[in-house]
Amino acid sequence: MSAPLLAIEGLEAGYGAIAALRGISLEVRAGEIVTLIGSNGAGKSTLLRAVSGLLRPAAGRIVFDGEDVTAWPPEKIVARGVCQVPEGRRIFSNLSVLENLRMGAFTRRSGEAAALERVLGLFPRLRERLGQAGGTLSGGEQQMLAIGRALMAEPRLLLLDEPSLGLAPLLVAQIFEIVRTINASGTTVVLVEQNAQQALRVAHRAYVIETGSLTLEGPASVLAADPRVRRAYLGEEDE
Amino acid sequence: MAEDLLQQLVNGVAWGGIYALIALGYTMVYGVLKLINFAHGEVYMVGAMTGYYAARSFGLAGAPSLLGLVATLAASMAVCALLAAIIERVAYRPLRSAPRLAPLITAIGVSLLLQNLGQLVFGADPKFFPPLLESRNVFEVGKLSVSNVQLAVLGTAILLMAALQWIVMRTRFGRAMRAVSFDAQAAALMGVPVDRVILGTFVLGAVLAAAAGVLVGLTNPKIDPLMGVLPGLKAFVAAVLGGIGNIPGAMVGGLLLGVIETFVSGYLSSTYRDAIAFVLLIAILLYKPTGLFGTTQTEKV
Repeated sequence: MSAPLLAIEGLEAGYGAIAALRGISLEVRAGEIVTLIGSNGAGKSTLLRAVSGLLRPAAGRIVFDGEDVTAWPPEKIVARGVCQVPEGRRIFSNLSVLENLRMGAFTRRSGEAAALERVLGLFPRLRERLGQAGGTLSGGEQQMLAIGRALMAEPRLLLLDEPSLGLAPLLVAQIFEIVRTINASGTTVVLVEQNAQQALRVAHRAYVIETGSLTLEGPASVLAADPRVRRAYLGEEDE
Repeated sequence: MAEDLLQQLVNGVAWGGIYALIALGYTMVYGVLKLINFAHGEVYMVGAMTGYYAARSFGLAGAPSLLGLVATLAASMAVCALLAAIIERVAYRPLRSAPRLAPLITAIGVSLLLQNLGQLVFGADPKFFPPLLESRNVFEVGKLSVSNVQLAVLGTAILLMAALQWIVMRTRFGRAMRAVSFDAQAAALMGVPVDRVILGTFVLGAVLAAAAGVLVGLTNPKIDPLMGVLPGLKAFVAAVLGGIGNIPGAMVGGLLLGVIETFVSGYLSSTYRDAIAFVLLIAILLYKPTGLFGTTQTEKV
């Protein structure tokens, strides 16, 4: 088996005295969609923040494509091909839609126009809104913009933090379909979700995170059938 | 009477252009760091001082020329850019994750340090800026007159503000600056080197303040190491008037403050000239804290 694209080993991180991650180890192989499910405050976002370099881990290693990227500055990690769509979309409301997309291509030296065409092909709605301020878009459009913005860098690894949060069911289905499309075109995806049902449906493998530690892992279909997962995350009642 | 009013307006606008240039530095730094850089007035002072020494060493004293003015501006801008970069790197960057009060107090400290360092290096006695342009009226109708110096001041200010607007709205750096000012973390996730953008913002503000320092030397040649204190504070008021963090706001705020000051000293009493800016500040904070162009930012919870 080839080396994983992303390997996290014994990662510990926190905010001040509060430990949010207590020794997490996981692997993401090239071409996979891996989902990380867990309840609010389990440490999912913290993990992504550490991978993106926004948070300096207290211990452990983050290895991307064979290179130790632990504690690298965010811009270097982005330039290596790891892009994150943060929770809450974080659109630059004061910039136009086009400018938002161009921000996504900030580290690129060439190929911006071609990347823009690809993103607009994926999200035709954004083409009609290019001149509008990012803040004027609807929630669903903003999520599309956030994903499109990250894709402008043509990342090898895309980190998605709660892309379905606050969206209507129809849009949620659409977003997950887009995740599948992005993955089919060769981008490895890490998907952090509270919507475990949808996430397990689209992912190849899954990890369950609880209060900063991994408790379960396996193929998504197996986890989706696991009674513990069904009880805790899929809203199934006890017999 | 109308001519008189127009004359005051011309004088006020020329003076306001200088405030606008300084105010831009306050507002841009506030935009990216939410910091009021109280040392900015001292950067302007160093700009004037550098201009003075540069003009003399270029042999421009007694030999005014437009080319000489441009060279003086360039020298002053270069020195102030370096100074601002050092201030940011040494005084503010180490405090990036400290509570917001810490860099603010540091800014006041840097301001005092530069005032006193200025007296040590340049001497406390005032100096007289060599006239870089031969003053003459280029426009005269009845009692109304516009001098070439006024035109040069206003023209340079407008040119620099247009250049700034172009940088901010049309370049990659400007886009990054706007992104950082809206959400620095999201900008970092786009691969923006946030610290470098902040440094660049300080340098950009300092370049404008340097220009203001030289331009002020053309109209008010008496310069000294404490000259930055009052214009610095007033330019801060101008930035607040326009809406702190808002670039066009700082331009309009500066011009407006210049005009108001000139009117007050022309029609009321020149005693009130320096007070009016602070009356204005209190009024804005009471009635429209967001300034003319500012928008209310909703805090995320």
